[in-house]
Amino acid sequence: MSDNRTGLQGPAPDERPHPDGRRNAQGIRIDPEAESEHEPRRAVFSAIVEDEPGVLSRVAGLAARRQFNIESLTVGPTTVEDHSRITMVVEEPEPGIDQIEKQLAKLKPVISVGELDDDAVRAELVLLKVRGEDPDKVHAITEMYDGRTLDAGPETITVQLSGDERKIDDAVDAFRRFGIIEIARTGQTALAHGSKKTVPGEEPGTSGEPTKPNTNTQ
Amino acid sequence: MSERTAATTDPDEPEAADDSTETPTEVTTGSTSVVRALENAGVETAFGVQGGAIMPIYDALYHSDIRHVTMAHEQGAAHAADAYGVVRGDPGVCLATSGPGATNLVTGIADANMDSDAVLALTGQVPSDMVGSDAFQETDTTGVTAPITKHNYFASSPDTVGDTVGEAFALAAEGRPGPTLVDLPKDVSLNETDREPGPAQPPETCRARTDPADSQVEAAARAIERAEKPLLLFGGGVVKADATEVARQFATEHRIPVVTTMPGIGAMPEDDELCLSWAGMHGTGYANMAITHTDCLIAVGTRFDDRLTGGIDTFAPEAEVVHIDIDPAEISKNVHADYPVVGDAGRAIERVDAELDEGPDAREWVEQCLTWKDEYPMDYAAPDNEPLKPQFVVEALDEATPDETIVTSGVGQHQMWAAQYWTFTEPRRWVSSHGLGTMGYGLPAAIGARVAADDDETVVCVDGDASFLMTIQELSVAVRENLDITVAILNNEYIGMVRQWQDAFFEGRRMAAGYEWCPQFDKLAEAFGARGWTVDSYEEVPDAIEEALAYDGPSVIDFHVDPAENVYPMVSSGGANGKFALSEDQL
Ligand SMILES: Cc1ncc(C[n+]2csc(CCOP(=O)(O)OP(=O)(O)O)c2C)c(N)n1
Ligand SMILES: [Mg+2]
Repeated sequence: MSDNRTGLQGPAPDERPHPDGRRNAQGIRIDPEAESEHEPRRAVFSAIVEDEPGVLSRVAGLAARRQFNIESLTVGPTTVEDHSRITMVVEEPEPGIDQIEKQLAKLKPVISVGELDDDAVRAELVLLKVRGEDPDKVHAITEMYDGRTLDAGPETITVQLSGDERKIDDAVDAFRRFGIIEIARTGQTALAHGSKKTVPGEEPGTSGEPTKPNTNTQ
Repeated sequence: MSERTAATTDPDEPEAADDSTETPTEVTTGSTSVVRALENAGVETAFGVQGGAIMPIYDALYHSDIRHVTMAHEQGAAHAADAYGVVRGDPGVCLATSGPGATNLVTGIADANMDSDAVLALTGQVPSDMVGSDAFQETDTTGVTAPITKHNYFASSPDTVGDTVGEAFALAAEGRPGPTLVDLPKDVSLNETDREPGPAQPPETCRARTDPADSQVEAAARAIERAEKPLLLFGGGVVKADATEVARQFATEHRIPVVTTMPGIGAMPEDDELCLSWAGMHGTGYANMAITHTDCLIAVGTRFDDRLTGGIDTFAPEAEVVHIDIDPAEISKNVHADYPVVGDAGRAIERVDAELDEGPDAREWVEQCLTWKDEYPMDYAAPDNEPLKPQFVVEALDEATPDETIVTSGVGQHQMWAAQYWTFTEPRRWVSSHGLGTMGYGLPAAIGARVAADDDETVVCVDGDASFLMTIQELSVAVRENLDITVAILNNEYIGMVRQWQDAFFEGRRMAAGYEWCPQFDKLAEAFGARGWTVDSYEEVPDAIEEALAYDGPSVIDFHVDPAENVYPMVSSGGANGKFALSEDQL
């Protein structure tokens, strides 16, 4: 079967022209004039979801398999029956944050999702169990952080604190001197500032109208 | 050449008399409601395997007009449903029992998910009150399949199960297609209801935007107008959206060269001057040159898979990217889109076309692309002193079959040769496993495609020896149903793609790559009741193909091809498309 077939022909790789341009790891063309790698940043997402079995595992599973870096994830009921609110704090570089929002929006039980602005109000709750040797000092620090003592005994004191992440971090630091035995933090919940709507889906009578971002916001 | 005849089935025997009625299934139970929902959705065929927990559904199918094709293995059912959907354009349906039935579907569901193929899977489940007790054949099917479905459902009541099935069917096809699954506890199927399911509708939270935003259309049009080296990239989305006509017209009218992805094969006729065939790891040299040098890549319905892009750093490095896709999450996922257009492929192209004041002036660029076509022709050497070349077999099959022949494949070298050397001119004719790369896809896919296709269409499966061995049991189905399929095995007695990589990247250590222990496929075909041929030389090729194609039933040609043949061009993993190697020493 030797006809005039010659096999693959053409200039070898080194003999071909190659463009100078490059893309960065995020697939963005590198502008030699500008710094194009995005640094990771923190983003808070709020989502209204249909309160069906397994919805939290769908959100958590999505984040895990797509390697989204989740700092915290909370869920709770809303004023609308069968709708829950999920608050998710993530840390990712820019295109990743956009990707998280769009992937969340694709989940069927997700009714709406959006990233919160910097001025959003945020809070989390923490329970701290510390050694009970110095009740007065524990009490003073608790007061200082507007906390509450939930349980006090000769061995341990358990206090409850709430506030934004920074305050909680400071408070935890302050309690370290007593010896923290156990700690439980809920992770952040958040709502948009003032009369701004966090994300649609909590108006009475709403039922999953399509409010997801389905146009790309660069 | 040895020719063997069918042992059991007489292909001329008339099919069993059709005793089904025209009336839709009456809803009396959860399972009849499920079947009624399928009927309402227009389902004509389902593929599956029986078993304890799914028996009530099968019992309801007993009286239905829906044709059920019993497969030998549930993986085969999922692939058949997948391919049926690819060919027909509506979701394919597959069924399996709980536990092992459901887990056997998993590969097929994952395959459909990666290739955005619309498939509805229905699985039996243990009764609701036993869920969580590790009951016989209990598997957390919704848990297992959550990552590989668009969405899955656990049916909770006979009253709503029909609506759920309808919703799952509609969701599979909505927007970017994909697989959905409904898990059906046996009590839900058995319990009584008289509630008829409503029309199949996708959930409100999953409606896709089809008409793109004006601002996106305008920005994309401006970018295309100023391009000097525009290039269209047609992905599988063009085929799935039935946008082929619009897409071709756009390319032709503005004289913009086209490359496709592998799932996009057939979106542009490969014999058209402007078509550079498919780009990527084993794509043509000219497609990879074009994608490397374009200054405006107009990508439609593609997810920029790494087998297409090679290393992201060197992918279309000078191009502004216009990305048209119905799934907003694909925008800037792998490659940054300078100009995203979210919407239906056909609609978006129409809108962009209408928005263009004048097309780009790309005459020089088109000339350049045509020069690359001449410079890097697809060709293989076939010297006298070497065994039969697999590429020759592909070309011979292409020549011997009608233009619109459907080709399915396994995964490996043979798949690449089929895609490289078959000239596809129409969409929905190349049916393969791209994203997941599932060996064994070819034969069950050929069954699904055969059932979906019109009688006068030809279905060929180009398979590998090892791929064929993975789902060979489905040959029994092709025999039972007397399906006219020609399987062409490019038998190199190797998992050849692995052997090629071992030679190139592992200093030739051929660990676990030799398949010289493969059975005699012609005899095996005969044992199944199909017909078999073995071909060792060029001279035998035409007759074997002619006879196999002429036979009205499943036939298998075992082509003993050169075990040393390799697939080129090749872009190494993570390498630059423009640096494709033409032979191993260039890697
Ligand atoms: C289910 C599965 N297992 C393993 C692989 C890895 N793999 C990719 S190609 C290939 C070789 C396939 O051999 P064959 O079907 O004979 O095709 P050939 O490359 O020889 O043409 C293998 C093992 C795969 N893709 N799918
Ligand atoms: Mg092989």
